[in-house]
Amino acid sequence: MRGWRQWKIYVPLGLVMIFLMLPFYWMVTTAIKARHELLNTTNPFWVFAPTLHHITTLLTQTDYGRWFLNTLFVSLGATILSVSVSYMAAYAIVRLRFRGSRVLSTAIFLSYIVPPAILFIPLATVLIQLHWFNHLWALIPIYATFLIPFCTWLLIGFLRNIPRELEEAARVDGASYLKIMRRIILPLSIPGLISATIFSFTLSWNEYLYALVYMFSSANKTVSVGLTTELIHGDVFQWGQLMSGALLGTLPVVIVYFFFVEYYVAGMSGALKE
Amino acid sequence: MAVVNLEHIWKRFGETVAVQDFNLETNDGEFVVLVGPSGCGKSTMLRMIAGLEEISEGRMTIEGREVQHMPPKDRDIAMVFQNYALYPHMNVFQNIAFTLELRGVRKAEIKTQVEEAARILGIEHLLQRKPRELSGGQRQRVALGRAIVRHPQVFLLDEPLSNLDAKLRVGMRAEIAKLHRRLGVTSFYVTHDQVEALTMGQRIVVMRDGQVQQTSTPLDLYDNPVNKFVAGFIGNPAMNFLTAHFEAEARRLSGESFSFEVAPRLSEALSPYTDQQVCVGVRPEHIQAVRDGSETRASTLKGTVELVEPLGSVTEIQVNVGGTLITAQVDRNINPRTDDSIELSVDPAHVHLFDMSSEESLLAQQAAA
Repeated sequence: MRGWRQWKIYVPLGLVMIFLMLPFYWMVTTAIKARHELLNTTNPFWVFAPTLHHITTLLTQTDYGRWFLNTLFVSLGATILSVSVSYMAAYAIVRLRFRGSRVLSTAIFLSYIVPPAILFIPLATVLIQLHWFNHLWALIPIYATFLIPFCTWLLIGFLRNIPRELEEAARVDGASYLKIMRRIILPLSIPGLISATIFSFTLSWNEYLYALVYMFSSANKTVSVGLTTELIHGDVFQWGQLMSGALLGTLPVVIVYFFFVEYYVAGMSGALKE
Repeated sequence: MAVVNLEHIWKRFGETVAVQDFNLETNDGEFVVLVGPSGCGKSTMLRMIAGLEEISEGRMTIEGREVQHMPPKDRDIAMVFQNYALYPHMNVFQNIAFTLELRGVRKAEIKTQVEEAARILGIEHLLQRKPRELSGGQRQRVALGRAIVRHPQVFLLDEPLSNLDAKLRVGMRAEIAKLHRRLGVTSFYVTHDQVEALTMGQRIVVMRDGQVQQTSTPLDLYDNPVNKFVAGFIGNPAMNFLTAHFEAEARRLSGESFSFEVAPRLSEALSPYTDQQVCVGVRPEHIQAVRDGSETRASTLKGTVELVEPLGSVTEIQVNVGGTLITAQVDRNINPRTDDSIELSVDPAHVHLFDMSSEESLLAQQAAA
């Protein structure tokens, strides 16, 4: 009976895992396959002669290193900007009683729903007026336009669960609003801030449309744009290099998840339990 | 220690009036209890004294200083919250020290003061623990420690015992009272539990629907309630109420299955109610069972026993008297049984009378006149 119950859990879980891991597996194997093995092989799921050739050519013969640093710079910048602005906005909406706070929180959420494909033309006009076109750092405020609404909305939900009495106790104890935010609410919001950080970083790292439209010189490209514009010539796909680039490009996100997810889960279950 | 003066305090939330014309002047070092059913405005009043809620109208002074426009930190008050509101990420020491740290007290001095507070409350061994590692009673002590370490002029306690189990509550009740005697700080204590109010308060303010019903000492509230609400709210088990007809000629108050002799102290108050109905209130401990064969009493009730609850020292019974359920605390040796017919006698010296429509006490009206 017990055995059957375990099967009922592990068989579907295993199937879902295979389904989810297959693209990743394909990416890894393609990145280390020799050129002749890419299109002509007896077993596409196996690597017969592994090689680092694609990775070394990617790193030596393209601007990949540059793209990687660009993406890191933009993602970190956009994440720091968005999470800190969202934290303050969410705190104000949840705790400071002012006219229209409810309308504001709905408006923030609605602005997240507007698809980027609609926004990129008006945003381009703004960028041209500001002479920000093809400046890498311009992507930071641009990404903030979709990250701030999302993070604010996420943090509003989180801050609502922190008992109001804690802040009132701190006010009676003599703390100012800024001190309350820093000394009381911030330490208690760490799990929420971590999830906002993970989402922001992942979304900025994988962003494609804005980076493609607003950055045109190779030196200003991000990984996702660089790979598809510089490694596909007409209908010729540099599969080995493309997959190597994608593999290296996923590493930061994997690392972020690897380190923080456990902290995030632990924080969620322990921080507010009285 | 301080005199707190609250003059014509109002609180409105939009259309709703939460507190209506609240007036009170405390004595120096007094322990004042605000009591009433939930939603009566007692917590709102406390929060206004703390400065966590703005007052809509009125004047509030602490030791002569007008405070109604000051932020909480400048009012020189300390507050204990119902759910303790301990900072979960700080240990007990840091929780108590936080307020001193914010005031820029030196580290060595903080340590001395926190240890002193911990010693008073018997929590020295818990200083390094986090709030989640403490029991309810221990958390309550930490919350008290956080309040006393400031040496405030006024203590505000918002239902501090309501999250504790019954036994612990009795113990903590005594400890808070002891702490108050030791520190002598003017205190406001909010509770919905009338037993807590009676046992702890030097003066009790009974509130209902945002209005003060009566402000007095515990025993005076118990003996001389000004209206039916206070009479029914204070005392456990609650006062019994019966509708009676006043027969002026016979000098009797009677209703279905009962008839009371009118004691001389009541006749003047009853004079405007000749041949009219009044509400009669009798506390359960002032009703006794009439033993078989004993002489007929002047004030009696007849009914059927519906419930018998032996409490050890006395037996509590519920008796159906002409359709009204009456609670009485009778001698345990009477040993009544359910469905028995029973005759009860009432001590006429302890009968309360209320107007049927205004519910005001006739005796209080008489005293006021």
